[in-house]
Amino acid sequence: MTPPPVLELRDVSLHHRGSDTPAVQDVSLTVETGGSLALVGESGAGKTTLLRLLLGLGRPTRGTVAFDGTELAPRDRRQMRAFRRSVQCVFQDPYSSLDPRRRVGDIVAEPLRSLGLDTKATAAPKVAEALERVGLPADAVRRYPHEFSGGQRQRVAIARATVCHPRVLLADEPVSALDVTTRVAVVDLIAELKRERGLTVVMVSHDLSVVASLCERTAVLEGGRVVEQGDTARVLGAPAHPYTRRLLDAVPRLPV
Amino acid sequence: MTLLDLSGLTLRTTDGTTLVDDLSLTLAPGERLGLIGESGSGKSLTALAVLGLLPEGITATGSVELAGTQIVGAREEQLTRVRGRDAAVVFQEPLTALDPLMRAGRQLAEPLRRRHGLRGPALKRAVLDALERVRLAEPDRIARSFPHEISGGQRQRVALAMALACEPKLLIADEPTTALDVSVQAEMLDLIDTLVRERDMAVVFVSHDLAVVARIADRAVVMRQGRAVEEGTVLGLVRSPAHAYTRALVGSARRLESALNLGDPR
Amino acid sequence: MTERATGRTTGRPAEPTTGRATEPTTERTTGRRRPVRSYTLLAGCVLAGLIVLLALVSLVWSPYAADDTSGGRLAGPGSGHLLGTDKLGRDLFTQVMTGARIAVEAGLGSVLIAAVLGILLGLLTAFAQGWLDDTLSAFLDILIAFPTLLLAMLIVAAHSATLGSAVLAIGLAQSAVVARLTRILVKRVLTQDYITAARTSGTSWPRTVAQHVLPNIWPTLVVNLALQFGLAVLAEAGLSYLGLGVPPPNASWGGMLQEAQATFTTAPAGALAPGILLVMLVVGVNLIADGLRDTLDPTTRRRRT
Repeated sequence: MTPPPVLELRDVSLHHRGSDTPAVQDVSLTVETGGSLALVGESGAGKTTLLRLLLGLGRPTRGTVAFDGTELAPRDRRQMRAFRRSVQCVFQDPYSSLDPRRRVGDIVAEPLRSLGLDTKATAAPKVAEALERVGLPADAVRRYPHEFSGGQRQRVAIARATVCHPRVLLADEPVSALDVTTRVAVVDLIAELKRERGLTVVMVSHDLSVVASLCERTAVLEGGRVVEQGDTARVLGAPAHPYTRRLLDAVPRLPV
Repeated sequence: MTLLDLSGLTLRTTDGTTLVDDLSLTLAPGERLGLIGESGSGKSLTALAVLGLLPEGITATGSVELAGTQIVGAREEQLTRVRGRDAAVVFQEPLTALDPLMRAGRQLAEPLRRRHGLRGPALKRAVLDALERVRLAEPDRIARSFPHEISGGQRQRVALAMALACEPKLLIADEPTTALDVSVQAEMLDLIDTLVRERDMAVVFVSHDLAVVARIADRAVVMRQGRAVEEGTVLGLVRSPAHAYTRALVGSARRLESALNLGDPR
Repeated sequence: MTERATGRTTGRPAEPTTGRATEPTTERTTGRRRPVRSYTLLAGCVLAGLIVLLALVSLVWSPYAADDTSGGRLAGPGSGHLLGTDKLGRDLFTQVMTGARIAVEAGLGSVLIAAVLGILLGLLTAFAQGWLDDTLSAFLDILIAFPTLLLAMLIVAAHSATLGSAVLAIGLAQSAVVARLTRILVKRVLTQDYITAARTSGTSWPRTVAQHVLPNIWPTLVVNLALQFGLAVLAEAGLSYLGLGVPPPNASWGGMLQEAQATFTTAPAGALAPGILLVMLVVGVNLIADGLRDTLDPTTRRRRT
């Protein structure tokens, strides 16, 4: 028997209070262990809403979010602890996702400390290892986020998200705030982590080239609905839906 | 004849750090130049210096001559005359470039009134015309809206309409599409391209994205850490970059783009 | 060094161009803490410090006893009385010292009440949703609109005119201001991604507040509380002037001003002395607030170097 998908959305709809149209509607997605899924779409397509649902930060109005085959219950502390330990996130804006008043060492140690996995002393070597893995110098632990560039900050965020060796990494536009050369380096880093650790990756992005570099499967969202999903090579290589084709055509390309 | 002539432009902070170092470039009327660089390269500051819009604490030395006016060291009245008439600017973030408490129509009316002395119904007509020219559907509704009530792409079109209102000889576009969705970006680039071509307007297009610059500019200057490291036609830079940094830029862009070649039959 | 500075002007540190983070970064040089030199802070500390010193000394020593009237009425400065005497013959310098103590107590007491109540209320309203948020916000708005003077009169009517009543009235009135500021600051912090990151890291809400929210709103709050201290001192002087503060014979600066009003032309020292000290204290505290604003933020701290 195959294990249940690590994350699954079943016919999920979410209606924000005071809004006429649902933010997402009848979305069903599965994230298999070790796989990688991209949620593609433009602003207002419901990407971020879906990501928040997958992170257990909100509850759908209809449908269920399941983790390892069991419905996610925010009140079930034991399940949530296991969930938080298994599912970690990297955010889009590295300038807002790191607390400006904490040292990098404390920032990276946060999942270990908050999940009760480690004390300050036992966390230190793991933090050092995580920072080394993302290519930051050891003395970073004592420094503050503003002392780092955007790309380095995103590395700090990746170190935080991987320090407790989660099974799933959710990433919300992880490189869109970065310069092109830095972007390539961070994409490479995520790809390496994915390969080395068998990390499952779910990425929200509007950048199709980044999606194509990192994810095996792609779901295209428009107006809160999934209009097309499947293998990335198929969806982006031979798009069936006109919206997907439009997105692809809009990607600016270098002159040959 | 040159429209814009930068020679030995150097920008320094009060504590003496050099942000832009001895930059020289020229632009003929109707020419379209790209300024390419990553964050911290000084490309945006250079664009601001052309209009004398440098933030406090940064001083310029050298020479910036825009349509015959020396911008470096010019008095505020002179600068006001130059802005809008000789050059206008579109910024990256339209939400901060527009006054949040003023309806789009009124903001757009201001430069039209100043430049053409229009009033009353004629001014209103001109506002709607200007909005139509940037291909905004429902110009009436947009004119009545506050900036937060319209989408990012629409805001950027309003900002572009404002920049074009005074029919400047030079349009400075500072990452005008970076904050936009891809499909909106494509439309916006098309629009800028068409509008400046129709008007024979010169463009300085600032961006970190080579592919975006290539859509608008014919020639480009690659900047890094305040210096111009390479200059040439966009095609030349992309096909045979000479400087190591340009090669790194082109290489990164190509690598990301190549991921999209998924055996696409088209 | 160009890189470092360019980053600053665009609000972002510059990117190492290779993208490999292992290369030494130019920002490292700025990473070391440098001693903070803020002349504003220094000047404020000197001004306010003198008053606090005066207040502290008054606890153990004063030139005369408070009720010693041996100096004769309205004696001029000098002649054994540094500032002269008041119309009852009491030593003015002794009174001014007591007044300093009362002013500092009033400021500290009010700010303590305002801080504790205000921050708690502010946190509560920031996290409250729906009707609770509406109700609490309306309550705060009413409290802010409610005149301190009226509040003080009510408390004095219920209690009596003491320093405690004045401090309670001022503290309550200020707690509404602090609460509203806290609410706005907390709400702003809560929208930041690092709060979401804390939650997805499994950090509980109380821990998130302690580790992320409070440290990030603290600098702004401290500056505001310092300003509130100055306002409280002024408010206490005002209430005492109106007879709603410290009862005689305890000399509050406000009370002294009131008493010296009638004889201002003949014996100005009685009004000038408390007046000048009041200005010194309030200006000093405001300067401290300004200085703190510049020094508490680790990101601006390095910008000044």
